[in-house]
Amino acid sequence: MRILRIKAIAVKELIQIRRDPLSLAMAFLMPVMLLFIFAYAITLDVNQLTTVVYDRDHSSVSRGLIGELGSSGYFTVVRHATKHGDIDAYLDSGKARVAISIPSDFAKDIHAGRTAQLQIIVDGSDSNTAAIALGYIQAFAGSYAQRLSGQKGPPAVDARVRVWYNSELKSRYFIIPGLIAVIMVVIAALLTSLTFAREWERGTMEQLISTPVKTPELVLGKLIPYFLIAFFDVSISVLTATTLFGVPLRGSIFLLAVLTSFFLFGGLGLGMVISIITKAQLVASQIAMVATFLPAFLLSGFMFAISNMPVPLQVLTRIIPARYYVTVVKGIFLKESGLRFLVVEALFLAVFGIFIFIVANKKFKKKIV
Amino acid sequence: MPDIAVKVDALTRTFGGFTAVDNVSLKVGKGEIFGFLGPNGAGKSTTIRMLCGLLMPTRGTGTVGGYDIVAQSEKIKQTIGYMSQKFSLYDDLTVTENINFFSGIYSVPEEKKIARRQWVLDMADLTDREHTLTRTLPGGYKQRLALGCAILHEPRILFLDEPTSGVDPVSRRNFWALIYELSTAGTTVFVTTHYMDEADYCDRLALIYRGKIIAEGSPNELRLKHMSKDVLEIEVDKPVEALDALNKQGKESAIFGSALHAVVDRADTAAPEFRRILEQAGISVRAIDKIAPSLEDVFVTLIEES
Repeated sequence: MRILRIKAIAVKELIQIRRDPLSLAMAFLMPVMLLFIFAYAITLDVNQLTTVVYDRDHSSVSRGLIGELGSSGYFTVVRHATKHGDIDAYLDSGKARVAISIPSDFAKDIHAGRTAQLQIIVDGSDSNTAAIALGYIQAFAGSYAQRLSGQKGPPAVDARVRVWYNSELKSRYFIIPGLIAVIMVVIAALLTSLTFAREWERGTMEQLISTPVKTPELVLGKLIPYFLIAFFDVSISVLTATTLFGVPLRGSIFLLAVLTSFFLFGGLGLGMVISIITKAQLVASQIAMVATFLPAFLLSGFMFAISNMPVPLQVLTRIIPARYYVTVVKGIFLKESGLRFLVVEALFLAVFGIFIFIVANKKFKKKIV
Repeated sequence: MPDIAVKVDALTRTFGGFTAVDNVSLKVGKGEIFGFLGPNGAGKSTTIRMLCGLLMPTRGTGTVGGYDIVAQSEKIKQTIGYMSQKFSLYDDLTVTENINFFSGIYSVPEEKKIARRQWVLDMADLTDREHTLTRTLPGGYKQRLALGCAILHEPRILFLDEPTSGVDPVSRRNFWALIYELSTAGTTVFVTTHYMDEADYCDRLALIYRGKIIAEGSPNELRLKHMSKDVLEIEVDKPVEALDALNKQGKESAIFGSALHAVVDRADTAAPEFRRILEQAGISVRAIDKIAPSLEDVFVTLIEES
């Protein structure tokens, strides 16, 4: 292997990327753009739930309840219903997700020390939001009732719940680090999926394979510029996460950089292997997209907990690089995980990178046909 | 044999049921300009790709620069320069960037790099276009730049696949002047073309048709050996009247400058007959000579016969 040849190829690739607006956009704009789009689209927090209230009690107690509900930040009262039919109309049309119906003897029951009834109807067509909304309301109603009746003796159980790693339970905190990993898995493969295919399509490969250049030189020479770009992308994404989205980065930046490098080697190599096999840019980019996006999204533990999956799927996740990189980024961001806790991930990513490099070298032939 | 640069025996390449190259055997001496002629689709590119180690032969053996074309194709790639039929430099790179890239790929020694770059720029007449995007260069310049990039490392054997196709006549002539220069300096040049007028520039030729070699030799040998018919040149005072007189007697001829040319089966019997016809018509004949046919005549005849 000759360093000068690798350098010649790397320089050539960089010039070509610089001159191609589309490559530039994909290399530098797409990752941050995706981060913004997904960060805002995928939020598991439920805010400002549209709520319709049907108050038949008209007491100070019921009005107080409604007032506190509105100021809690979780509910926005969009309509004070005057008849029960309004609730149906609002839920059916989607103008409200939650309906709260207060019976006429609500205040009387509370003052008399009886259990007061409160009817809550939740739009279950979005079951995730419904479950979260239900939790909020129950917690809210419970604490409201307690405050009204005043503390009478100690409660039977005093559960003191503490949430670790994400004490504010902000979904953004665990979504964004995972999102960075998922986006980079896709971007890495997409970036390199064009490299070999473009040379075949443009005919420049015929000249290149007539020279004494060696396959590992070609693969490395093409890998290096994209490695630098992808590393820059990760840096910008991490910076965006910590500054604009305020996600705390608790672990070691150095460790994140090292493990990111491990991952990028395999991630970029995967795109290259696809490019080498298909020899066509369009097919290569589409395969790279499908082959990385779906597993990264569904099977990496980013969206769905791996422990909840059926066993065969759990086994499948073990060969998906995204799973390991998602664990690395999330772990370093939220848990301050040291290398000690990420040995398996580090090993897998390193082995995967070497494996892909070998495959790329084996699959590329300096021959036509 | 130390003076042989390229040697192949019974080289064959099939693509599915189609035989692109069929039992081709040839030898190219060191320092020769070897022309590989044939119409489009005759198997020229397939042959040259096999010689350059870009394509595996289905059958047959061969060596290029002493290296086996099957087992040592990577060694061959260190010895040769190759210019493919389709322009295959990077058109989104500038002239200098392309030269620098291939300089790096061919591992041109650092101390030689600048001199070689300047040499290519001078040779291709691109000194004032160093920073022009290759995409925007006119065809002739592109061709010379491609040649320059293929010989940056001063290869011993140079393969050129239709280097002059689609280039204007002046550029073609200049291009051949460059090939001569390289050949004089000791480089073996293996060049394919479908321009028959370029055949005369070559030291030796092989004519390939439908995958098979149908003739081989120097341009003169081919003219003498393979032309079964003779060409007569008839010098007369009044060529137009002479043409008329011959045509009336059923003898085909054509005006060539101030003389007539006629393709005949045998010159020695046809010449007196022509003289008699013309003298009977009252036209004085200055001379009737058998002349060498052009290579184009030869190739057309050969292809018709095969």
